[in-house]
Amino acid sequence: MAKQVYMDHSATTAVDPVVTEAMLPYFSEKYGNPSSLYSIGRQSRKAIEEARQKVADLIGAKKEEIIFTGSGTESDNLAIKGIALKNRTKGDHIITSSIEHHAVLNTCKYLEKNGFKVTYLPVNKEGLVDPADVQKAITPQTILISIMHANNEIGTIQPIEEIGRIAKEKNIPFHTDAVQTIGKIPVNVDTLGISLLSISAHKIYGPKGVGALYLRKGTFIEPQMHGGGHERNIRSSTENVPGIVGFGKACELAKGRLPDEANLAKLRDSLIKSVLQIKESYLNGHPTKRLPGNANFRFSYIEGESMILSLDMKGVAASTGSACSSTSLEPSHVLIAIGLRPEESHGSLRFSLGRENTQEDVDHVVSILPDIVNKLRMMSPLAR
Amino acid sequence: MSDGYSEKVMEHFSNPRNVGEIKDADGIGKVGNPTCGDVMWIYIKVKDNRLEDIKFKTFGCGAAIATSSMITELAKGKTLEEGLKISRGDVAEALDGLPTIKLHCSNLAADGLHAAIKDYLEKTGKK
Repeated sequence: MAKQVYMDHSATTAVDPVVTEAMLPYFSEKYGNPSSLYSIGRQSRKAIEEARQKVADLIGAKKEEIIFTGSGTESDNLAIKGIALKNRTKGDHIITSSIEHHAVLNTCKYLEKNGFKVTYLPVNKEGLVDPADVQKAITPQTILISIMHANNEIGTIQPIEEIGRIAKEKNIPFHTDAVQTIGKIPVNVDTLGISLLSISAHKIYGPKGVGALYLRKGTFIEPQMHGGGHERNIRSSTENVPGIVGFGKACELAKGRLPDEANLAKLRDSLIKSVLQIKESYLNGHPTKRLPGNANFRFSYIEGESMILSLDMKGVAASTGSACSSTSLEPSHVLIAIGLRPEESHGSLRFSLGRENTQEDVDHVVSILPDIVNKLRMMSPLAR
Repeated sequence: MSDGYSEKVMEHFSNPRNVGEIKDADGIGKVGNPTCGDVMWIYIKVKDNRLEDIKFKTFGCGAAIATSSMITELAKGKTLEEGLKISRGDVAEALDGLPTIKLHCSNLAADGLHAAIKDYLEKTGKK
């Protein structure tokens, strides 16, 4: 088999074997319902509470401030709808950015249909929100600010601390989607001035199907899942015990491995430097304020899905913001928001590096990419 | 969506037939729009009312490239009338189908061929 290089870690990651090991007993051996009073039930309860502590430790939170959910998307939904519905008598205005994940954007659009008003802040060509724009957008009706910590496509890291200060001054709940940042860059809810924060396990070598919402003590939300009163009556559902245990273990590992991310950034920079030697190739996003594993390029005259297929044939997994690869056939809203023309956005290519990637992997990508780009350009009527 | 591509699509995508331009083409069909992500240029050479040679240049996804390649195979050697009868459905069928989402946006090759033939007919005053 040809060399396989996985560079789509922002999509998902392989579960770390240590995480799998930690989860395994909780399927068929320690299967008790955490709400049950007998011993295997109590065993599950204890495991969940230990995991909760580990998740809290990764983001500098208190254990009681963590609510387990089913995904990052669910956490975003719970945070935004939960704040909106809790505060509807106080106001009806939400501030967010135009480059949020669809879990935030489409939740905001849903709320708009239901009478709320939403300001979608623009970003500059590097994908940065201007905190001054946040300040200006605030009205007496504003009940929530939701700005992502780092963007999943272009990797730009937002000035969350500054926005957090503004939110705190005005006493407005501030939510951040930190799905892409935990375990990659330091995330501390106090330093960042966050009242709600959404995270997910499968981006940090944990299992799919489990996420969490950090909810600061004193911040109140309306539950979105009603039932038996689990997770402090905020998210009813029998707990996904193996998933939660795996999430806890993944957070524990991520905390210890945070220093490794600096090496990943070096690997990323090596990839960026080499790829940009291909003529008429450009880097999307910010040169320095970007996720350690993210490299997002665009190549003139060619289309992303063709590049993905060609890379896949050479054993390389990456992704694109091209409309042609999306189910909606819409170009990436993020690439449009940073000012690219649709035809430019079609030529985007994202590599997201992770722990197992090596310089050898980067060298492999760099050795095959120029030929792929050239072959497609030879075919393209747009290339002159 | 790459997971929906047939082996035949992938085969044509990896080894596209008849890529390039025909310098002294008798007809050129230009279809598609870079904003949508698909642009196809089909070049034809006509002799004795037959498509003697056909080449393409395409900007677009896997389906766009595979359909371009397939149309050149389907059309080569055919009469102009036969060429005009090749439909989008014929191209998709010859490729063992296309993902539903690609049937409309990227399946432009038949339109490209028809445009090239019409271009030839107009240039030669046969239309």
